[in-house]
Amino acid sequence: MTAPLLRVRNLRIEASNAPERPPLLADLSFDVAPGEFVAIVGESGSGKTMAARSIPGLLPLGVRRAGGSIFLDDRELTGLAPEALRAVRGREVGMVFQEPMVSLNPALTIGRQLAEGLKLHERLRDSEIRARCLEMLRRVQIADPERCLSAYPHEFSGGMRQRIMLASVLLLKPRLLIADEPTTALDTLSQREVMELMVELAAQAGTAVLLITHDLGLVARYARRVVVLEKGLTVEIGAAREVLVAPHHPYTQRLVASLPRRPAARAPRPSGRPLLEVRQAAIDYPGKTGLVGRAPPKRVVNGVSLTVGTGEIVAVVGGSGSGKTTIGRAVLGLKSLAEGAVVFDGVELAGMDRRQLRQFRRQAQLVFQDPYSSLDPRMRIGDTVGAPLRHNPDLTPAARRERVRQALEDVSLGGFEDRLPHEMSGGQRQRVAIARAVVSRPRLVVADEPVSALDMTIQRQVLELFQRLQAQYGFACLFITHDLGVVEEIADRLYVLAAGSVVEEGATEAVFDSPRHAYTQALLAAAPSRMAAAVSVA
Amino acid sequence: MRRRLQANAVLGAALVGLLLAVIALGFVWTPYDPIAIDLDHPLAAPGLAHWLGTDEFGRDVLSRAMLGARISGAIAAGVVTASVTLGLAIGLAAGFFGRWVDRVIMVLNDAVLAFPGILLALALMAVLGPSYGSLILALSVAYLPSVVRVVRASVLSIREREFVEASRVAGDGRLYTLLRHVLPNALPPVVVLATSLFGWAILAESALSFLGVGVPPPAPTWGNMLSSARPYMERAEWLSIAPGLCIAISLLGVNMLGDALRDWLDPRSET
Repeated sequence: MTAPLLRVRNLRIEASNAPERPPLLADLSFDVAPGEFVAIVGESGSGKTMAARSIPGLLPLGVRRAGGSIFLDDRELTGLAPEALRAVRGREVGMVFQEPMVSLNPALTIGRQLAEGLKLHERLRDSEIRARCLEMLRRVQIADPERCLSAYPHEFSGGMRQRIMLASVLLLKPRLLIADEPTTALDTLSQREVMELMVELAAQAGTAVLLITHDLGLVARYARRVVVLEKGLTVEIGAAREVLVAPHHPYTQRLVASLPRRPAARAPRPSGRPLLEVRQAAIDYPGKTGLVGRAPPKRVVNGVSLTVGTGEIVAVVGGSGSGKTTIGRAVLGLKSLAEGAVVFDGVELAGMDRRQLRQFRRQAQLVFQDPYSSLDPRMRIGDTVGAPLRHNPDLTPAARRERVRQALEDVSLGGFEDRLPHEMSGGQRQRVAIARAVVSRPRLVVADEPVSALDMTIQRQVLELFQRLQAQYGFACLFITHDLGVVEEIADRLYVLAAGSVVEEGATEAVFDSPRHAYTQALLAAAPSRMAAAVSVA
Repeated sequence: MRRRLQANAVLGAALVGLLLAVIALGFVWTPYDPIAIDLDHPLAAPGLAHWLGTDEFGRDVLSRAMLGARISGAIAAGVVTASVTLGLAIGLAAGFFGRWVDRVIMVLNDAVLAFPGILLALALMAVLGPSYGSLILALSVAYLPSVVRVVRASVLSIREREFVEASRVAGDGRLYTLLRHVLPNALPPVVVLATSLFGWAILAESALSFLGVGVPPPAPTWGNMLSSARPYMERAEWLSIAPGLCIAISLLGVNMLGDALRDWLDPRSET
C-alpha cells in the first residue's frame, strides 16, 4: 500500500456565528491514495460539499474549520499561509463545480480562461500555452479546439462546458481532482460522457479523484471507496461495492432502498377509450427578435402522437432539449400547437368554449419539477392548495376548506394550511404541489420531473406518495422525466423522445428488456440509478 | 437580521413621525410669520429670538423650514404616489402582456427616458405654468420611465416562475394572476425605488425653483431655501445648514422606513 496522497483527520466544520449548534461536519477522517477514485455520498445538509471545499481552503463565509487536519502528502494544508495555499490550489488540487452554466466567466473567451491557470503556475511561452490548451481540448473531445479557444462560454451546451471546465482543471495536472456534483446539472447522456472522460483522463495522468455526489449510481459505477455522510456524521466508509451490496448502517440501507426499481408485478390497467390523445403534434418556439424582424420559428416538437388511457401512467422520456417538457405544457393548453391536435376525453382542446375549458382546467393538473419556484412565496399553503377549487361553483367555502384539509392530509401535511413556502423543506413543498394537483380530483395529472430536484430518500417518499394517491384517486398520469429508474418503477407504458420526435414506444417491461432504437439503448446504458440498483441486488 | 429590521423600522418611523409632527405643528403655530419681512434683522445668527437665525430679508428660518416641510413633503409625496401608481400599472402591463403592448410602451418609455429628467420637467412647467399641481405632474412624468423599467424588469422575471403557470393551470384568469401573484412579488424593488424618488423629488423641486419655474417665492420650500442661501454661504452658514439638515434627516427616515417596509413585505421575515 502506497502512502496516501490526501489524509483528512477528525475534520470538524461549524457555522462561525453559532458554535453552539451541531456542527456541519464532525470528526470526518478518510484517505485518498494516489490515483484512487473515492466518493463522498450524502443528501443535502450532509456536509459533503463543506468537506470538499475545506481541502483547498475554500469554505464559504460564515463557516469555519473548528478542528482536525488535512494533509497533502506530509504537508498540513490547514496551517498554510494564504500565499502557499494559493500555490496548492489548481497546481496540486483542482476543483470542478456543479453548475457548468455559471462556473465559466461569460465575458472571457475559453482560451483566456484555459490559459489563466498555466500563466499563474508555470513559466511558459504563449505559443506553448496555446499548444497545451489545444491538446487538452482535443483530449476532452471538443470538436474544433482552434475555434473553441476564441469562443465564449454561452456558445456551448452544459455538457460541453463541463468538459471545458474539466480541461481547464486538468491542464495543470493536479494530483487530486475534487469534483463537486460535476454532472448533476446534466442530462443522462452528457452525464455519462463527462464522467467517463473524467475517469479516463484522471487514470492517464495518475490523478486521484474525490467525487462529491448524492447519486449512488455514480458511486456504483466509478468509485473504489465511498464515505457516506448523514447530517455531518460519517455513517459508513468502505469499498464502494461492499457498501452498496451489504450496507451496515440503517441510513445507508435506507439510501440503497430508496433507489427506484422494477415492481415484482404490475397491476393490469383497464384499457378503455383513451382519456388523452395527442395527434401528430408539432410545436414551434418563436424565433429571436433581431434588429430587423424576427428569425423563423424553431420547431421543438415534430409529429408526436401519444395516448394516455384512463387511470394509466405513461412516461415521456428524453434528454434535455428533447421537447418533453414542451409536450407536457401543450397537453395542458399552456403552449399552442403549430400542427396537430390535443384531444381530451373526446373534445379537441383548441376547439373548447369557455365552459368546456373551465371544466378541463379542473380535470387536468400539473406538478412541476422545482418546488421552490412552483409555489407563490407570498401565499399560505392552504390558499395555494385551494387555488384549483376557486373555479368550482359547486363547492361552498366550507366544502372547499374541507377539500384542502383532506388534500393536505393525503400528503401527510395535515395542519399546514397557514404555513408559508419558505418555512418548508423541498420535499414538503413538492408534497404541497402534489396536494394542489389532486385537490380538484383531476382525471389527468401531468408530472414534469416531479422528483428529480429532490434528495434520494425524499424522492422515494414522494414517489410512493404519488403512487398511493394515483391508486386511491385513479387519475391518469403523463409522467415526464429523464430518469429511467423512476420510469421502470412507476410507468405502465413509455414514449422515448429524441430531438422532438418519438423514437420508441411500448410497454415499460418490453422497452426496458429489449430496446430497439439506438437512442433508447444509449439512455438505458447511461442510467445511473439502474446501475446502482443492479449492483445492490446482485 | 431581525434586530436590524427592527432598528430600521423604529428609527425610520420615528424620523418620519417627527417630519409629520413638524408639518402638523406648522398648521397651527410657527414662531413667526414665515413670509413676514423684517429688514431690521437680516442674516441674524441663531439665538434666543430666532432659534435658527434669519435670512437675508430677516425672515425667521425656523418658521420657513416648518412651512417648507409641508410644501416639500407634499410635492415629494405627490410625485412618488403619482409616478409609482402609474409606473406600476404601465410596467405590469408591459411586462405581463408582452408582445405589441410591451413594444409600444417601451418605445414611448425609452423616448421619454432619452431626455434628461430635469429638462423634461422644465419644458412641462413652461407649458403648464407654475402651480403645485403642474410641478407634481412635471416631476412625475420625468420619473415615470424609470419606475416603468424597474417594474417591467421585475415582472419579466416573475412571469417565468412556475407558480404563475400553476395559476393558469388552476384556471385563473389573466387579470387575477397578474394582481394576485405577479403584483405582490414585483413590489419590493419598487418600494426601494419609491423611497429614493422621495429624495430626488425634493432636490429636483429645488433645482426647478432655482431655475425660476418651481414654487414661486415668497413661499418657502427646503429646496428654494437652500438655493437662495448659496450667496451667503460664508457669512451666514446657518441658512444652508437648516434646510440641508431637514432634507438629510427626512430622507434618512423615509429610506429607513422603505427598507423596513421591503423587509416586512418579504414573507421570509415572518417567523
